[in-house]
Amino acid sequence: MMQFMLLFSRQGKLRLQKWYVPLSDKERKKISRDLVQTILARKPKMCSFLEWRDLKIVYKRYASLYFCCAVEDQDNELITLEIIHRYVELLDKYFGSVCELDIIFNFEKAYFILDEFLLGGEAQETSKKNVLKAIEQADLLQEEAEAPRSVLEEIGLT
Amino acid sequence: MPAVSKGDGMRGLAVFISDIRNCKSKEAEIKRINKELANIRSKFKGDKALDGYSKKKYVCKLLFIFLLGHDIDFGHMEAVNLLSSNKYTEKQIGYLFISVLVNSNSELIRLINNAIKNDLSSRNPTFMCLALHCIANVGSREMAEAFASEIPRILVAGDTMDSVKQSAALCLLRLYKTSPDLVLMGEWTSRVVHLLNDQHMGVVTAAISLITCLSQKNPDEFKTCVSLAVSRLSRIVSSASTDLQDYTYYFVPAPWLSCKLLRLLQCYPPPEDGAVKGRLVECLETILNKAQEPPKSKKVQHSNAKNAILFEAISLIIHYDSEPNLLVRACNQLGQFLQHRETNLRYLALESMCTLASSEFSHEAVKTHIETVINALKTERDVSVRQRAADLLYAMCDRSNAKQIVAEMLSYLETADYSIREEMVLKVAILAEKYAVDYSWYVDTILNLIRIAGDYVSEEVWYRVIQIVINRDDVQGYAAKTVFEALQAPACHENMVKVGGYILGEFGNLIAGDPRSSPLVQFNLLHSKFHLCSVPTRALLLSAYIKFINLFPETKATIQEVLRCDSQIRNSDVELQQRAVEYLKLSSIASTDVLATVLEEMPPFPERESSILAKLKKKKGPGAVSVTELDDSKREGGELNGGGERSSDSAAMAASNASTPSPSADLLGIRSSAPMGAAPSAPGSLLVDVFSEAGPAAPAAAVNNDGFMRELEQPTDTSDSLLVEGSGDADSAPPSEDPADPLPEADELLNKFVCKNNGVLFENQLLQIGIKSEYRQNLGKMYLFYGNKTSVQFASFSTTVSCPGELQSQLNVQSKPVEPLVEGGAQIQQVLNIECLTDFCEAPLLNIKFRYGGALQNLTLKLPVTINKFFQPTEMNSQDFFQRWKQLSQAQQEAQKIFKASHGMDTEVIKAKLLGLGSALLDDVDPNPENYVCAGVIQTKGQQVGCLLRLEPNAQAQMYRLTLRSSKESVSKRLCDLMSQQF
Repeated sequence: MMQFMLLFSRQGKLRLQKWYVPLSDKERKKISRDLVQTILARKPKMCSFLEWRDLKIVYKRYASLYFCCAVEDQDNELITLEIIHRYVELLDKYFGSVCELDIIFNFEKAYFILDEFLLGGEAQETSKKNVLKAIEQADLLQEEAEAPRSVLEEIGLT
Repeated sequence: MPAVSKGDGMRGLAVFISDIRNCKSKEAEIKRINKELANIRSKFKGDKALDGYSKKKYVCKLLFIFLLGHDIDFGHMEAVNLLSSNKYTEKQIGYLFISVLVNSNSELIRLINNAIKNDLSSRNPTFMCLALHCIANVGSREMAEAFASEIPRILVAGDTMDSVKQSAALCLLRLYKTSPDLVLMGEWTSRVVHLLNDQHMGVVTAAISLITCLSQKNPDEFKTCVSLAVSRLSRIVSSASTDLQDYTYYFVPAPWLSCKLLRLLQCYPPPEDGAVKGRLVECLETILNKAQEPPKSKKVQHSNAKNAILFEAISLIIHYDSEPNLLVRACNQLGQFLQHRETNLRYLALESMCTLASSEFSHEAVKTHIETVINALKTERDVSVRQRAADLLYAMCDRSNAKQIVAEMLSYLETADYSIREEMVLKVAILAEKYAVDYSWYVDTILNLIRIAGDYVSEEVWYRVIQIVINRDDVQGYAAKTVFEALQAPACHENMVKVGGYILGEFGNLIAGDPRSSPLVQFNLLHSKFHLCSVPTRALLLSAYIKFINLFPETKATIQEVLRCDSQIRNSDVELQQRAVEYLKLSSIASTDVLATVLEEMPPFPERESSILAKLKKKKGPGAVSVTELDDSKREGGELNGGGERSSDSAAMAASNASTPSPSADLLGIRSSAPMGAAPSAPGSLLVDVFSEAGPAAPAAAVNNDGFMRELEQPTDTSDSLLVEGSGDADSAPPSEDPADPLPEADELLNKFVCKNNGVLFENQLLQIGIKSEYRQNLGKMYLFYGNKTSVQFASFSTTVSCPGELQSQLNVQSKPVEPLVEGGAQIQQVLNIECLTDFCEAPLLNIKFRYGGALQNLTLKLPVTINKFFQPTEMNSQDFFQRWKQLSQAQQEAQKIFKASHGMDTEVIKAKLLGLGSALLDDVDPNPENYVCAGVIQTKGQQVGCLLRLEPNAQAQMYRLTLRSSKESVSKRLCDLMSQQF
């Protein structure tokens, strides 16, 4: 079972964090700090897996963003690597050639997509089509519901 | 600012995010955030009711601020309000906020649960999924209490949508993990298993995670899943790459589901049903075959997905550990990966091989990759891969390759990453101990460890080396010499000083004969380190000093001087001060006898599990000691610290030793190579018989001969004077071609071997002589091992065995000449064939002559061939025993001695020695259970002499009465003489 997933930039800024095990805020911060440091210190050609405490860390860099998952001892590293890739594909398909900024400005979408794909640290739906269908349905619901906005809101002043 | 891509576009949020990104400093960011928090707070507190959209936007901003790492202490209520909105996007943001930020505010939890309850019963699948996601994300106890009974119903209801089933399955899994007591098994469980058959691949993918977890906890209830999983797997594995449509990933059909199916099967033993098992084996074979097919795509995703399944299949094969064919194929496949250009695959292959190494079917196959693995340890650029290589070397280590592996690990330690040094040190220490064929190698290895990585050598490691040195008298001299040399280094690690202090304090006498390591030199060397050491080490050194006073009276004045100085007896540390004061007093008032009693040599440590192993067990992580390994080490550990003379391993050892006899190898190593070299040329069938008997079937005999004895034998103080003699001879004795007289200690040396057949007979600075012997009826075979301890060649090396006086007609000893040159550090062996013609009292003499640096060395020892070696044990009951006892009641048939116990009166020790004597130790014969009786027949060429022995200990008086009766006076007398020296 996946314990958590972190997305962070080359500068070490966390862009997304998903925790599948209950941990205090303090622990989460410490783990993120430690891991970001560890992974950023590694050279590009190194292997994508490392041992960290009693967990296996699987990570991969896509452009400026690192995707990093912690799985348990009996979990399969390669399939976790492809979990990361499938998630990147989902983001890419949804945003249309995704970049770090999309995830910064639409972080809630990144969470929604992740929830459709993984739940409780396990793969829920691995079909790209099915995941995106669920998200698009939600977007559709949203557009119908969208109320007209004020002028102030339009220029972003509230 | 980028265009907001989809749908909602909360413009205010985007502007805020953009502002934060434009902040030039942390302070500016905090300022901007505080401004926003104030704004949101005023909006939430304002009189005007906020519309849903605004509420959603502000909640989202709060969430963003929280995810930046700032604390959020308000807004929860507004988020909870959003849950009850009937607008999907508002509800969705509300749930997201709760999922990320929930705390155990009981009031809120009640409200949240209420909202969830409403959504679960809404029959709107999108709302239901949101609610289920929230439960799965939060997974608190309160939620488990509220929904643990509801969710199984949703999961198995006929009309539930597929997407809801998927969420429900994983939601239930999360609740089961947090609160297993609240998820009650019931009618739903059997229906859950059948989800493995569901048409929707997504449902199977989600449900199988739940089923796997439930199976682990309740294997019996879920065992029907095995056949379902096998048939599902079989369908996937045999499907064409396009059959599964969107569940095919880069031409690999359903890789996630396949891996999960293989994982589920690992919760169970191999299927009992032959058909199911056959189908599964077929699947595994297909997966292995596919690995050899050319890839359908060059994309790394294709090979990753394919290999993910392959590795999971290999895990299952290893888990079953019952299909040698598959295991070997798996091993070969991993062997290919070891050289793959993808670092990831090399890493995984090393990891997976580690588990394969522990299977008896594949251990040998794994070992063939040793060179590749060593190469990986040396050349991999990535520390995590090197770590895996080190783990694998540890796992594949056995007697045949231990020296090589330990050497490689030691040399890797010099450059190893700091993060893994401690673990490496423990592993090296364990391997060195576990597979030590000779203990000088073990001592060298541990001292090297301390030299190379002293900071990482934990107490357990150096405690252990001391335990072993104390328990093995054949390595003590070597240890003292080596540690003395190591301490010469200008800067040596404090752990080295500790080991040095302890060993020299106990065994410094063994090297004191050499003027270069005379007592004072030893003391000065230790004391030169004193001032740089921590308090505990200094305390240890002070104890070593008082031991020195006992061992070497000539150092007394010097040491007392040291103890007397202010920095000792007035030391501010109370422990040091106390030791200095007490030791000083002890040395000045106690008589030599008292001092000798107080400071008697350490008794052997009781046998116990290696403390290092326990330490490694505590350290979690891969390559940590598995259960099987522990059993293994218990088995081998006994051997280690016991005599280690189990000959069942000899084939493997012989293979490694026969070609390159290692210079310092002791008997053990050589012993196994000896039969290989000697057996074919042996004159009779004796040797072959002896060895076939000494094979796996005779572990007990080995224990008798060595295990116990060596362990329990009290250390004797003969060896130090020996050394003095030996080297003294070398320097002062005029060169003479005549055999020297037997050493004064020759009889004592002989006595050490009455009850054992193997060990080190003699050792001085130049030469070590080891013995290994086997007897059968009236015949014997003795292997002598002459080791050159120097780095200089011995020239004109010759040995002569002679039987003085009447022994000539009693004993027939034949020997072959030895090679005249013994290279520095080398060891040569000599075989003697012994035949007992009639009973005898004297021992044959062994004279050794050689030139060392021009000086002729000439020494004579007594060969430990004693009459009891030709004993055949005879079992008999009490009645028979006493009947014969009475028959042998004439005065000349009996020999009796009453003597003081000189070695303590431990029952096990006594028994071991009596067994070592060669006769049968009879239980329940003597009416007094404290007494020991033995019976046997001495086999000579001419006649057989029946012997009975009775040993009566008197614990109170610390005395024994030993009575021997036999049909021949000389035999009784000789046996009585010999045995009375043993207790």
